[in-house]
Amino acid sequence: MFKVIRDLLRYNVEFLAGFTLTLMVLIFAAAHFWTPYPGYNLYLLPPDLPPSGEHWFGTTSRGQDVLWQLSEAVWNTMAFGLTVTILSRLIAISVGMVSGYLGGRADRILMSINDTFIALPNIPILLLVYFVLREQMTWPLLAVCAALLGWTYDSRLIRSVSMSLRTREFTRHGVFSGMSTWRILVREHLPYVLPIIFFTAMNNLIWAISLEVTLSVLGFTDINRPTIGGMIYWANQHQAIISGIWWWIAFPILAIVLLFLGLFLLAMSVNEYVDPRSRLDRMGGVA
Amino acid sequence: MSSLTAYILKRLAQFVFVIFTGVTLAFLITNLSPVDPVEQSLTQLTSFGASDPRAVEMMRESLTELYGLQGNLLEQYLNFWGRVLHADFGPSLSAFPTPVTTLIANAAPWTIGLLLTSILITFVLGNLIGALAGYFRNSKLLKLLGIAIMTINPVPHYFIGLILLIVLGYVFPIFPISGGARMNMESGLNWAYIQSVLYHGFLPAFSLVLAGLGGWFIGMRSLVSNVVTDDYVIYAELAGVKRRKIFSQYVARNAMLPQLTGLAMQLGQIFGGTVIVEFLFNYPGMGRLLIQGIYRGDYSLVLGVTTISIFAVAVAVLLIDILYPLIDPRVKLG
Repeated sequence: MFKVIRDLLRYNVEFLAGFTLTLMVLIFAAAHFWTPYPGYNLYLLPPDLPPSGEHWFGTTSRGQDVLWQLSEAVWNTMAFGLTVTILSRLIAISVGMVSGYLGGRADRILMSINDTFIALPNIPILLLVYFVLREQMTWPLLAVCAALLGWTYDSRLIRSVSMSLRTREFTRHGVFSGMSTWRILVREHLPYVLPIIFFTAMNNLIWAISLEVTLSVLGFTDINRPTIGGMIYWANQHQAIISGIWWWIAFPILAIVLLFLGLFLLAMSVNEYVDPRSRLDRMGGVA
Repeated sequence: MSSLTAYILKRLAQFVFVIFTGVTLAFLITNLSPVDPVEQSLTQLTSFGASDPRAVEMMRESLTELYGLQGNLLEQYLNFWGRVLHADFGPSLSAFPTPVTTLIANAAPWTIGLLLTSILITFVLGNLIGALAGYFRNSKLLKLLGIAIMTINPVPHYFIGLILLIVLGYVFPIFPISGGARMNMESGLNWAYIQSVLYHGFLPAFSLVLAGLGGWFIGMRSLVSNVVTDDYVIYAELAGVKRRKIFSQYVARNAMLPQLTGLAMQLGQIFGGTVIVEFLFNYPGMGRLLIQGIYRGDYSLVLGVTTISIFAVAVAVLLIDILYPLIDPRVKLG
């Protein structure tokens, strides 16, 4: 795995760019551990200051420093996204691999469930959950709900890889030498599925972060916890654009665009790595 | 039984299963929560200043019945189904006594119009450019276009909408910033009204198109560049078939199939993607209705919109699935 990453960094410009961008955003987010202005505190500073040497990104109408607020917001948004991604990967991997390997009835049942979840409209259901729970709605709970809705496309993709592995020689060897199904899946098949998992994880992360932004912008999360969507929610509440406090909205947008661009480039280049035909293409139009 | 009948039966079973799961889920979410929906709604309602005690009592009855809070859980569940199948979600709390179904019927055409138009435009445009970029890989213009599309792609559509709104709504006020048509305008099939609808719908639709283009473009380009190297395409090229014919008849046609599945899924999600855009542009569709329902604590409205959207999505997916064999003959065999 590390060797693959090293090779990609060395030979794939997009991967390098995506990796650097994502890393920069992560370092920026990690900086909030040393924040002089904790995110929940309001009116620590004079409000509505434009960007200056002292407050690089200016201050909000709520008397917060935009730079440090944003740092904590990116961290929280990433934490949410990663939680959703990891949880939904666990479901997608188990359903996809088991379904693809076992085939037959198990496959039919699992894929029926899968298709049902694909067809369910995510946002109305999440909003219904939020609406019913209101104050009890914490972000870990929201992450679990999102994860339960976010695995479906990817498990289909993983299944298709698993199906092709099932008929391969080495699987038959494994079965005949008495390996358990579990061992075959984890030891033999998982390595082949890993690149797909990584690729889908990036897309899922983008999806989860967009979801956080969507819900928070509407005010349907714990809005006092600094997140990217939460910052925009408060900026909207104070009509930041109309009153000309552009830095309150511009910097969160910039941060999320850079993060998405980074993740997107990572996903793209890994996808290319997974698909050998486009790799050949890159090497000089052989294909 | 022919394989086509089997296929359609299977899809129908899937359809029933989706509806069943969705409605059950909606029921479970609302009924197993620690919050008492009736009291919560009534508190919300009285805080909005509904002083008529008769209305409150009527509401309590209607709500108790609506959330199926009479009898045991199974009875409640069956009751809920009865409600759903009659498309009766009771009166809206925030717009009492207008029935929820009327509100939804007013909002649905806006959402469907906006999304169907923008999804279809996005689909055609993204696939066309993607296919061209995959087939004519040396064209400078297409490369440039590709880079532009790829740069916009990772930007979430909320931000695209916001940027469009700031630039074309506030800075250069070319387009209206909210609403579905001009205020106080008689709706009807006259040109002035249609013009107003198109004019108001332009920015939201444009932001949806920009946000969705990248996905189709990337997918189609890689599909086409795979098909281009297939033997039959090379054979056709060697045999001197016109490039234009190869492109439209051989390459694009075959690469289209997976994209159509994607279209079905996108149409399936027609509801989720629009909430934020409708919120941003204050567009009078179902997404805005849902958000308003939540802001105003309108239980029956939220439940109604969610349930209807589950139905809408299931129908969209079913329709596409049934049309699919007409496009891809291989489905029949599978």
